[in-house]
Amino acid sequence: MSMTEQRSTSALLYLSGVTVSFDGFKALNNLSLLVEPGEMRAIIGPNGAGKTTMMDVVTGKTRPDEGEVVFDGKADLTKLDEADIATLGIGRKFQKPTVFENHTVRDNLLLALAGLRSWYKLLLAAPTKAENARLDDILSIIRMEPQQHMLAARLSHGQKQWLEIGMLLAQDPKLLLVDEPVAGMTDVETETTAQVLREINKTHSVVVVEHDMSFVRALGVKVTVLHEGSMLAEGTLDQVSADPRVVEVYLGR
Amino acid sequence: MITRFLWQGMGRNLRLGVLFVLAIGIILPLLNQLMPASSALYVPAWVLQLIGKYLSFASLALAVDLVWGFCGILTLGHAAFFALGGYCMGMYLMRQIGSRGQYGNPLLPDFMVFLNYKELPWFWHGFDQFWFAAIMIVAVPSLLALALGWFAFRSRVTGVYLSIITQAMTFALMLAFFRNDMGLGGNNGMTDFKDILGFSVQADSTRAALCFASALVLAIFLVIAGAVVGSRFGKALTAVRDAESRMRFLGYRVEGYKLFVFVLSAAMAGVAGALYVPQVGIINPSEFSPGNSIEAVLWVAVGGRGTLIGPVIGAVAVNFGKTWLTGALPEVWLFALGALFIAVTLFLPRGIVGLWAQIRNRDTARKAKVPA
Repeated sequence: MSMTEQRSTSALLYLSGVTVSFDGFKALNNLSLLVEPGEMRAIIGPNGAGKTTMMDVVTGKTRPDEGEVVFDGKADLTKLDEADIATLGIGRKFQKPTVFENHTVRDNLLLALAGLRSWYKLLLAAPTKAENARLDDILSIIRMEPQQHMLAARLSHGQKQWLEIGMLLAQDPKLLLVDEPVAGMTDVETETTAQVLREINKTHSVVVVEHDMSFVRALGVKVTVLHEGSMLAEGTLDQVSADPRVVEVYLGR
Repeated sequence: MITRFLWQGMGRNLRLGVLFVLAIGIILPLLNQLMPASSALYVPAWVLQLIGKYLSFASLALAVDLVWGFCGILTLGHAAFFALGGYCMGMYLMRQIGSRGQYGNPLLPDFMVFLNYKELPWFWHGFDQFWFAAIMIVAVPSLLALALGWFAFRSRVTGVYLSIITQAMTFALMLAFFRNDMGLGGNNGMTDFKDILGFSVQADSTRAALCFASALVLAIFLVIAGAVVGSRFGKALTAVRDAESRMRFLGYRVEGYKLFVFVLSAAMAGVAGALYVPQVGIINPSEFSPGNSIEAVLWVAVGGRGTLIGPVIGAVAVNFGKTWLTGALPEVWLFALGALFIAVTLFLPRGIVGLWAQIRNRDTARKAKVPA
């Protein structure tokens, strides 16, 4: 009964009562979370709060022991693998930029481009005009046309970040999960990244996991605080910062 | 569509490589057949036999490189596919002997008469026909690779665990083939072959033809491998090698990619083994020994992993060294092999082909600095 009610929700991503334990340690403990279409959400929490495990559950890398994970009101993500979930429209950006080092910039984008995924079709496929046009578009958006035939291994750290953003644009997911995008960045780069994410958020829903409070403030979006695998508080950054429990476990004194 | 598929991988280096292999496979047999034995250009049959053996090893190396170099699957069991192809060919050759064996039994090969077999085991039926043997040479290794790969890749067995499984597979097969009651010749394997397709395996003209066939098969494999690697499939394949989980999160079902190259590679190894057996004149269970698979990996490492020409160069170079050294200083060979492995790992991580590319790059860089 309640299940059908919940699944008809308008939420883009719906987690309810999700529990994941590793050898008795509960990485996620009865976690519930709703992300609306078009929303950008920041998820914060101390180390070991379950942020990365939550991403693993949503992208199909880890199976929850209990609980529901529903995408777009209909797809049960606990039954699907990474490839299915990616095809449904969930993209993931890792903390460290992971591009395909032995491929050119253009080929990296081609691999990410939404569309062909099956091995037997790719044996005979040549890039179509529409695909080439889309690649040219993305290359100009990320301003990497001059480097398009360069191997990704030869790019600088910042260029790799840009390429990865380009790959996410090429993948064109409905929901984008971003893991600590500003780790190791300067203040200026952090501010630029916040701008980029806000830009992406105009057309995509985004979930950002982050440690950096000034970055979360710059995003200016609803914040969810995780602690020991459960949701501790939710609201604007100012609201959660004022919550005494949050102050105790995370912001600390 | 198929021609476009086959041409898409043809870079300049690959085209040169294919032409060179074909030239060897045509010119040397012709010199053997057309030149008088007194001529300086005459190529004796034992040289053709040796070259043909090297070329079939080169096909095996290419098969190993396709999975290891381009997909990152370090197989330590590819000699098993090679040997299975060889055994299928051996079964065909055994049945061609007919009543000319020591015991003169028209149906049963000698070892069966010796072991008191009353009738031909069921799996020996059909092997009197070449076309049937040819199908089996491809099918048996492919099906084994399909079964092993299906379970291993679906369960996401990777890295050293997968290497151990492939090594265990070839070891298990070796133990099984050593048994007399397998009905495949046991310890002694199969030998004393007489005819292949009606021609005597001892004849010079047959040796010339087999050498040519080995070169032709290697050339075809180079073109196929080039096409696979040069396609969009190939781009995805090397991406799987470099960042497998990233590919999964992009929506690729990587098992399909791995399984396809693994099966293709096993089939190539099987054909290579089938060409090897009539040229060396024997197949026995020692072909399954784990060391053989490891040696094949070494050929690829020496030549240049992840290149198409590298494994061919590596297989020929190492085996030439082996032939020479086991003749000149037989007790040194294993140490030389070990030293080679260490040297390549330390100093030539990208093999001979990688070294060549490095030298050329440095040359062009130096030229670029000199003002014209």
